[in-house]
Amino acid sequence: MIDNNHVIPQTKIRVENFNLFYGKFQALDKITIDIPSNQITAIIGPSGCGKSTFIRSFNRMNELIPSVHTEGKIILDGKDIFEIDPVELRKQVGMVFQRPNPFPKTIFENIAFGPRAHGIRDHRILEEIVEKSLRQAALWDEVKDTLNKSGLALSGGQQQRLCIARALAVEPEVILMDEPASALDPIATLKIEELIEQLKEKYTIVIVTHNMQQAARASDFTLFFNMAESRAGYLVESGKTTDIFTNPKNELTEQYISGRFG
Amino acid sequence: MIKDISLAKKQTRVIDPAKNLHQRQFKQRIAFALIWLAGIIAITALLFIVGYVVSNGFKVINLEFLTTRPAGGVSGKGGISTTIVTTIYLVLLTITIAAPLGIGTAVFMVEYTTEYAGKKNLVGYLINLIRTSVEILAGVPSIIFGLFGFAVFVSYMKLKFSLLSAGLSGACLVLPLIIRTTEEALLTVPKSYREGSLALGTTKWQMIFGVVLPSALPGIITGIVLSVGRVIAETAVFWVTLGGSYRLPKNLLSSGRTMALHVYMLASETTAFDKALGTSAILIVIIILLNLAINISSKQFSKKFSGK
Amino acid sequence: MARELFERKIKQIQDEILLLGSMVEQATLDSVTSFKDRDIQTAKALIEDDQNINDKRFAIENAILILLATQQPLAHDLRLLAAMLLVANELERMGDYAKGIANNTIRLGISDLPIPYRDIEKMGELAVSMLHRSLSAFINEDISQALAIPHEDDEVDALFNKCYRTIVNGMIANPATIDDASLLLWVVHNLERLADRVVNICERTVFIKSGEMMEMDGSEDEVEG
Repeated sequence: MIDNNHVIPQTKIRVENFNLFYGKFQALDKITIDIPSNQITAIIGPSGCGKSTFIRSFNRMNELIPSVHTEGKIILDGKDIFEIDPVELRKQVGMVFQRPNPFPKTIFENIAFGPRAHGIRDHRILEEIVEKSLRQAALWDEVKDTLNKSGLALSGGQQQRLCIARALAVEPEVILMDEPASALDPIATLKIEELIEQLKEKYTIVIVTHNMQQAARASDFTLFFNMAESRAGYLVESGKTTDIFTNPKNELTEQYISGRFG
Repeated sequence: MIKDISLAKKQTRVIDPAKNLHQRQFKQRIAFALIWLAGIIAITALLFIVGYVVSNGFKVINLEFLTTRPAGGVSGKGGISTTIVTTIYLVLLTITIAAPLGIGTAVFMVEYTTEYAGKKNLVGYLINLIRTSVEILAGVPSIIFGLFGFAVFVSYMKLKFSLLSAGLSGACLVLPLIIRTTEEALLTVPKSYREGSLALGTTKWQMIFGVVLPSALPGIITGIVLSVGRVIAETAVFWVTLGGSYRLPKNLLSSGRTMALHVYMLASETTAFDKALGTSAILIVIIILLNLAINISSKQFSKKFSGK
Repeated sequence: MARELFERKIKQIQDEILLLGSMVEQATLDSVTSFKDRDIQTAKALIEDDQNINDKRFAIENAILILLATQQPLAHDLRLLAAMLLVANELERMGDYAKGIANNTIRLGISDLPIPYRDIEKMGELAVSMLHRSLSAFINEDISQALAIPHEDDEVDALFNKCYRTIVNGMIANPATIDDASLLLWVVHNLERLADRVVNICERTVFIKSGEMMEMDGSEDEVEG
């Protein structure tokens, strides 16, 4: 029983009494939690309990929906994210989506798109960034000779790694992943999990997953969300993954993890 | 139980599976035959029209026909060189005016609706107004655009019969078409592309120019090519805005004559019916080539973007 | 359908553990009785029957491994299955103790050694009673029972010490009886170890419920054989 986490991790994102509403309907209820730096934090819970809504708050993607309004604070490295320009925020907080969504461009252009948008024009620098990102995403060896092929020509698992490389290219500090492996086959899933484990050295990772075993395998810290009767999502329990999955404190957590509901 | 079955047999008609299958197959054969017949009639009519025009028209087509200008007068002597040039000028002018306006409008309607959706304010109302207008205008007879063009550009703005008047009127004509096709093309771009771009920290414009427009390009180009076809084939609008000069237009305020107009004028004012057919034949060939170009280019685009 | 199949399978294994427990209880009682009555026949039968105990233990272990692989249990379910594996193991070792006693019954044969039959019988009854109740506490996850039973080990230990003294004094007094006397020592040792293993089962019961492993020492002055 080797426990490497003797060092108490620092907090990367602090959430304080965060509420989110779609018009009059409350989707998230008073969420308060610290997300640790350079760790993989998994968010689990039954369908509809607000997990995706929650992580989309970290990069303010929820604001794309007009009826959304929020209360409470989300503080990234000491700064309230609602006081930063969302475009700037999304450079620091990247996102990988459930279904791989590479642009209909070449592999090179897919990855260069972000840095270009942020002002990098020198082609040599872009090439370096593309290679670095693809290496970090464990995709370089597979595509280094075919960077001019369309991103859509890759397999599902490769496309998702391409999307991860694309997110890494703008050098974020936090990477949000919304069920990144749910559309992939088991082998591709395991590759993604291994990749995430390597990435946590340099990035803080928050991953939403439906798959209990994946959360247990692939994360350091786990948050369990549930849906209240009012259909608002709330945080039931949080803690080290090893604790949550062997000896959770809350009865609901125990039931959900053992597959007794949800 | 057995009693009931024999009773049931006497009361209802016995369904013989084999006979039923035979009946259904027979009905199917009849239906398909009728459909085939309809198709064959349609194609035959089409081929007949095109065939008649092309075969008769080709008789007058030669290099001289294409490179000399019309001589005017009842005899209809001369070729169609200036009309070809005028048509090209007009197409370019119309598209130059209509495309940016149309694409820009469509981008506004699609990409900015979400910001204002659900909010009862001016912009939301405006977008709905645009959409309704586009739908109505698409069905308006083209002569009305012509009369509008005459009243506003030719008379009121004193542009007279000119390329500019015709171009502006033509732009009004094809604007609904471009807006509609561009809007549709933009709507087929998956939301995931937009989200993917924004999640990288791009601004909305970077997203539109960098991802959305390139993805929608095949559809947008189709719309533009359709508009080109429309302009080439159009007579009513340009009849009242372009004038009928058979000379080469010198500038935007010059009058001129498109090929379609020339066909009408040859047929109605001169005896050179054969030349009218010749010009028509060329027009038909151009339209066919345009359509082929649309087909090929859209297949190429989808191949490129799906990477197969 | 909250994991009905899974719950059923767990219940099956629990029943098997109870069954194994009662086989061990019976074997222990029989071994003590046959020892007291110098019944070589019963002792021999006992030794053969130990194979049944071993077989059942492996069957239980196999069933648990299958559940671990196929059902991916977590939290309480995981602790339960892990504990059942260990308890099956403890029971099988207890069965070996009973077999050991039977072996010594045969080896001792007819002997005129002074044997503290009453104490041995008492130890056997106590140990079996502790086992029986600890297994029911285990199945029912009854923590208060599980915390109470280890204290009874004190009495077993006391009896063991008493027998130990008696036997050793006998050895000192009559060195010619050392061989037989050491066989006797093993018999009482086995009973004392059996009771210790019951305490282990109680520890596991608490673990299932609370996730904490605690050492429960009945007493400190336990003399190891």
